[in-house]
Amino acid sequence: MIALLAFYLFATLTIASAVLVIFARNPVHSVLWLILGFFNAAGLMLLTGAEFIAMLLVIVYVGAVAVLFLFVVMMLDIDFSSLRSGFNRNLPFGLLIALVLLSEIVIAIGAHQAGPAFARGASAPPANAVPNIEALGTLLYTRYLPIFELAGFVLLVAMIGAIVLTHRSRGDSRGQNASRQIARRPQDAVKLAKPVVGEGMSL
Amino acid sequence: MIGLPHYLTVAAILFVIGVLGIFLNRRNVILMLMCIELLLLAVNINLVAFSAFLGDLNGQVFAMFVLTVAAAEAAIGLAIMVIFFRRRGTIAIDAADQMRG
Repeated sequence: MIALLAFYLFATLTIASAVLVIFARNPVHSVLWLILGFFNAAGLMLLTGAEFIAMLLVIVYVGAVAVLFLFVVMMLDIDFSSLRSGFNRNLPFGLLIALVLLSEIVIAIGAHQAGPAFARGASAPPANAVPNIEALGTLLYTRYLPIFELAGFVLLVAMIGAIVLTHRSRGDSRGQNASRQIARRPQDAVKLAKPVVGEGMSL
Repeated sequence: MIGLPHYLTVAAILFVIGVLGIFLNRRNVILMLMCIELLLLAVNINLVAFSAFLGDLNGQVFAMFVLTVAAAEAAIGLAIMVIFFRRRGTIAIDAADQMRG
C-alpha cells in the first residue's frame, strides 16, 4: 500500500515537473523543475530496487548536469522572451506529434503485455540474492569492464572537448612563459653591489 | 500491485513530454538540451524497470552507460552553445544559418 502510494506520488511529480520544464517562462525555473523531476525519477527507480542507479541519478544529474545548466543559464545574458516566439505557432503541430508518439508507445506496451517477445535472461544473479550495488559492481568489473573503461574515456574526451571549445586567452591573464624563463641569464637579472659605509645604496 | 506496465506508462509519458518540448521550444537551445535530458531519463526508467521486473541486471548497467553519455552530451552541448553565444550574441537556432542548411 505504501509502495503504491509512493509510486503514484513519484510518478505524478515526475510528470508534472517535466510538463513544467517545457512550459516555464523562465529557463532558471525550468532547470529547477528539471531537478525536481530527477529527484522523483530517482524515487521511482528506488522503488524497483535499483538503488545504485537512483543514487547515481541524483549525483550525476542533480549534482553535475543540472548545476551545469544553471551556470550556463545564469552566465549568458539572453533575452529569453524573444526565444519564445513561435511557441504558440508550434503548439498544434507539436501536440499532434506527441499524440502520435504516445499512441505508438501505448500500442507497443499493449503488444508487450500480450505476450513476452523474448525469454528471460539468466546471465545475472537475481536481484535479491546479493545487494544491488554488489551485484552491479561484479557485473561492471567483470563482464562489462572494457565498456566501463570506454565510458570513462568518453567522459575524458567530453571534458577535454568542453575545455578546448570554451577556452579563450583573455590577454590580461598571466600565464607562464617557459622560453623567457629559460633564456634569462644571471648577469642580466642579478646585480652585485658593494655599498660604502655611510653612503647608502644607489639603485 | 505496481507492475511493469505502470513504469512503462510513466516513461512513455515522460518521453512524449520531452519530444513535445523539443517541438515547442524550437528556438531555445538550452530548453532543447533539457528536453534531451528528459528523453534520456525516460529511457533510463524503462531500462531500470525492465531490469527489475525481468530479474536481469544488465539493464541497470546499460542505464549507467546512458547516464555517462548523457553527462558527456550535456557538457559538450553547453560548451558549443557558450561559444555560439559569444560569436552571435544569441542562442536562437535560427541564427545558426551560416551553412545554409
